[in-house]
This record gives sequence, structure tokens and C-alpha cells, in this order.
Amino acid sequence: MLKYLLEKEIKQFIRNSLLPRLVLFMPVMMLLITPWAADLITKNVKLVVVDHDHSTFSHRFVNKATASDYFLMYGSSGSYDQAMELIEKGDADIILEIPHNFERDLMRSGIARVLISANTVNGTKGSLGSSYLSQITAGFGEELSKETGRPLVVEPRSATLKVVPNIRYNPTMDYKKFMVPAFMVMLLTLICGFLPALNIVMEKETGTIEQINVTPVGKITFILAKLIPYWIMGVIVLTLSLVIAWLVYGIVPAGSLLAIYTGFVVYVIALSGFGIVVSNYSATMQQAMFVMFFFMMIFILMSGLFTPVSSMPDWAQKITLVNPLRYFIKIMRSIFFKASTVADLWLDYTVLVGFAMLSNLWAVLSYRKTS
Amino acid sequence: MNAIGVNGIEKSYGEVHALKGVSFDVPQGELFGIIGPDGAGKTTLFRILTTLILADGGTAQVVGLDVVNDYKEIRKKVGYMPGRFSLYQDLTVEENLNFFATVFNTTVQENYDLIKDIYVQIEPFKKRRAGALSGGMKQKLALCCALIHKPEVLFLDEPTTGVDPVSRKEFWDMLGRLKKQGIAIIVSTPYMDEASLCDSIALINEGLFLTIDTPAGIIDSYPETIWAVEGSRMPQILTRLREVPQVKTAFAFGDVHHVTVEPDFSPDVLSEILHKEGFPDARVEAIKPNTEDAYMLLAGK
Repeated sequence: MLKYLLEKEIKQFIRNSLLPRLVLFMPVMMLLITPWAADLITKNVKLVVVDHDHSTFSHRFVNKATASDYFLMYGSSGSYDQAMELIEKGDADIILEIPHNFERDLMRSGIARVLISANTVNGTKGSLGSSYLSQITAGFGEELSKETGRPLVVEPRSATLKVVPNIRYNPTMDYKKFMVPAFMVMLLTLICGFLPALNIVMEKETGTIEQINVTPVGKITFILAKLIPYWIMGVIVLTLSLVIAWLVYGIVPAGSLLAIYTGFVVYVIALSGFGIVVSNYSATMQQAMFVMFFFMMIFILMSGLFTPVSSMPDWAQKITLVNPLRYFIKIMRSIFFKASTVADLWLDYTVLVGFAMLSNLWAVLSYRKTS
Repeated sequence: MNAIGVNGIEKSYGEVHALKGVSFDVPQGELFGIIGPDGAGKTTLFRILTTLILADGGTAQVVGLDVVNDYKEIRKKVGYMPGRFSLYQDLTVEENLNFFATVFNTTVQENYDLIKDIYVQIEPFKKRRAGALSGGMKQKLALCCALIHKPEVLFLDEPTTGVDPVSRKEFWDMLGRLKKQGIAIIVSTPYMDEASLCDSIALINEGLFLTIDTPAGIIDSYPETIWAVEGSRMPQILTRLREVPQVKTAFAFGDVHHVTVEPDFSPDVLSEILHKEGFPDARVEAIKPNTEDAYMLLAGK
């Protein structure tokens, strides 16, 4: 029985004019384009230099700062106040002020201070810009120390606290590496969450569900026949995504593929079950779409995909506990970067298994042949 | 054993009282028509009998099985063709038929005899997708799909709505042949002219059965004298007819008006009245009542 129902589902899917193309096209486009757009690294911060020293060192320092991708030399200015005006007009983002006697102080006392002030109207740009500039400042000091063989320190004047990030798993801070595995999860979520949600409601709209309900086909068989095609589709999408990540970005999981696929299977079962639940409660495709859209937005935004869960307020972090996406994103990133194993992530896997059982049980129970 | 036994079935949707207690029996191998306008409760009744919804009150048996307790058994034994032909539009004719055969654990070959007469008409298009079929062909395919597991009772909910007159006639001929094979058929229709093709009919209005009888019985028991009136300026004639004191009811009925009158009135007197009142070509003629006349009379009470 299941075999025939499946055969019918797959035939219907393949004959659909849009869906098969969408399933292939969506991962390709999404993985080719979005990782480039979802890059939080700030580049082209417009820099204004106020150089009171006009020495060899100060010139070298300015050159070093503007040589990086991060800064764009907007211009130099005679005084701090003039530079400030540029910031206020919004023409420049950050000021680097080099004091009189910068070179002399440095050579005499071995320490020199510069002033960095950033416009933080755009918080990310401001804070990242000033931290890049601080790093460059420190780097310049080290460079000079090596050349002269003396310990020379150049530091931002206001620096009272120094934070030294030690990046272990993505040392080049390549944002794409961080995002690609997460985008894979998002893709699978969209495909394996939305499509099943639309499926049963589609049969409701065409009226074929009436006829099926008057047959001896059991609930579980019927629902299973609806779900299995999406599981297969999910495997195809995941494989395709892994290939693209490898070919285009050179990103290969540090951990085992088996661990990825294991997590994936559990996740997709959980999610597609949820899709069916939404479908069972909806009378029209529109309803199903909007309900699903609502959940997807929350799932995606509260999963740690874009913003880390740990930076959310306490209550929001609690909400993420019931978000299956959160667990799968963690699993994917851990396997990709830390070579984590199923054993390391056992808790996340277990939670996903729990979600899968719950949503599928609910899907079967909420599908009613009689009303 | 009756194919269907219904006793005091009631169903409400919120405020709407869709069925207000209907009872009837359908013997094995009978073609039973449920006739009534849209919204009379026909589909609700079908959905209760095919175990798709639960009634609020009353009991019903289909092939001797209770619709609430034995719904699983019933589903193996009945065929249902919903009002909208629920075919898979993206599957071909052949695939639809095979699919419905397999969900009933049977094959097309096994019960091919039953559908042969109908299927040969659509067989030339068996590779075509159901969505691309004409209304009449969809109807035939839907009937094949409902029959493919050799049901004991066949439920057809408005099977001829939206189908051309030729296909409608063919369809009723097919039902006649199926009946001979011992299948009880319950069919609903808003078309009164199809009533005479049934063995028994129930007239339904606003959730109540007005009467259950054979088509001939319903006409025989029609208590009124009925005449047909025709002429030019029909709307004006109708208005005038309703003003005549001896006329009880007057309804437009296709090309003519049907009027019921007091027993001591005569057609000649009525036509004389009309001639005098500026309808010189009006003709009045005594006729035999039909099902629709019976329906109008019963529904008007």
C-alpha cells in the first residue's frame, strides 16, 4: 500500500512544473549568493587622519592603516575639530589623530599614544572599525620593535582594557566559513518545512482528500507516504549543498559526514512532521503558508544563525530551547569546525530525536479522516 | 437487509441546522434519488453516510454496519464520488484508476467488467492527465474510480452538475446498468427532471425530507389541479395570474407558467379572463403534474 501511495506522491512531485526546479535551484542560488551578502566583516571604513607630527613614522603608520582592506583613506585634516566636522556630516567614519612628537616620544620613551575616535551611529561599523584600527596600531608597534630591536609600544590613548581574542576554529575569521553550514540548515528548513505543510492542504483544496478518506488507507500510511518524498529530497539538497560548499568555498566538514547525515535525518523528520501538523490544521494553502512563515521567521531568527544565542537576553535564550533549528545549526557548525562527533553532541542529537518523535506523533494524531 | 437505513439523522454547523432529522431506507440494488436545491443538506447527508463526518443525533447503517462504530468496514464497501470530481489532476486517466484500485487493495483487471462500459469511452485518452479532460470525461473517470473496488453501495453527490445534457443522459443510462449488477446507488441532484429516472426519490428542503416515494407515486399523490399557461408577455401574465382569486399558486416553469387552481374553476374561464385583460394569445391547458410541481407544492407548505 505504502509503495503505491509513494509512487503517486513522487509522480505528482516530478510532474509539478515548479517544485523539482525549485529544489535544485534554491540551494545553488542560496549558497552561491547569500554567503557573500551575509558578511558581517566591515570593510571600507572611511578614515580621516589628523597628523600633527608629519614624521617618517607617522607617514608609515598612516600608510599601514590605509593599506588594509578595512580602511579607505577619506582625507587628512589639519585639526581634530575639522575632522570631527567630517564625521558629523557623515562623510567619514573614524578619526585617527597622531600627536606632535609622536616619533620622538616613541624613540625616547619607547611608548607613543594615538587617538582613535569612531562614529558609532552604525554600531557595528564603529566598534569593528575602532578595534581594527587598534589592532593595526599594536601591529605597527611590533613591526618597529623588530626593525629597531627595541621594545616599542604604540597604543590607542584611551585604551584602558585590552581584549585579545583568540580564535581557535576559524583563525582567518572567514565569515563565509561560519555562515555556509548555517545556510545549509536554513535551506533544508525551508524545503523540508514548507513543502510538506503545503502538501496535505493541497489535497484538501482539490478535494481529493475526501476520496482518500473514504478508502481503507490508514492514517500512518498516508502521512508516511507524504513525508518520505521530502526526506529523500532533503538528502539530495544536503548533498548538493555539501558539494557546492566544497567546490565554491573550499569548505569541507572537519568532522564525519556520517555525523552530519545522522543529524540531518533526525532534523528533517522533526521538521517535516511539524509541516504536516500545520497542514492538518489549515483549510487553505494561504493559511498554511502564513502559519509556516510565522514559525520559520522565528525559528531562523532565534536559532543563532545570524546572531549568537549567547548574546540574546535570558528569556529569549529560553525560547530558543524549543527551536529545533538551534540544535541542528549547533551540530552542523560543531562538526564543520571542531570535528565534533555524535558522542560530543549527544545532548543536541537527543533533543532533536525528541522533537522528531513529538512532531510526527502530533502529525498522525491531528490528521483526521472524520471531522 | 437494506443497503442503507437512516433513522432521525441530525447535524448542525454552529447556528445552521443542516439536517433536522431525516429517516429513510434504501433496499439492495435500488437507485435512490435525493432531490433538492443547493443548501438543502444533501452533501451533509452524504458525508455522514460515507463516514466523513459524525451526525449530532440519530443512527445510520450502511450495508448493515453502523456509520460510527464500523466506519472502517464501511469504507471498504462503499464508493463515493464527491460533488467536485476529486481526481488527481496531475496523474493520467490510467494512473488515477490504478491508484484508486490499489488503495482498495485490488486491481483494475479484477473488477474491469464493472467499469468496462464506462471506461471504454475514456480509454482513448488514458495517457492524458485528468486535469486536461472535459467535464463529461472527468465525470466518467470519477465514476470508474469510485467503482473500481466493486462497492456494495455507491454514493454520487451531484454527479451531473456542470455536465452537458448529452453526457447527463449517458450517465443516467450507466447508472441503470450498474443497478442491474445489484449495486445500491444513492444519487443527489438539483435537477428535477432526473428524478423520474430513479426507483425512489426523496425530496429534501432545508434539512427535512418532504416526501419519499416512487416518482410515479409522488405525481399520483399530487392533490391539485394543474394547468399550463402560455402566451406572449409572460412576466405580465404571471403577475395577472396571481391576482385571479381562484388561482392558488402560479410559478414560471421554463416556457410556460404552472398554476394550481380551486377545484371548481375551468381552463376556459381562465383563458377568457386573460383574453379580456389584454393577453389575446394566452392559452390555458390542463396538464399532468411533474416532480417539480410536487416539490414546489411540498416546499411551499
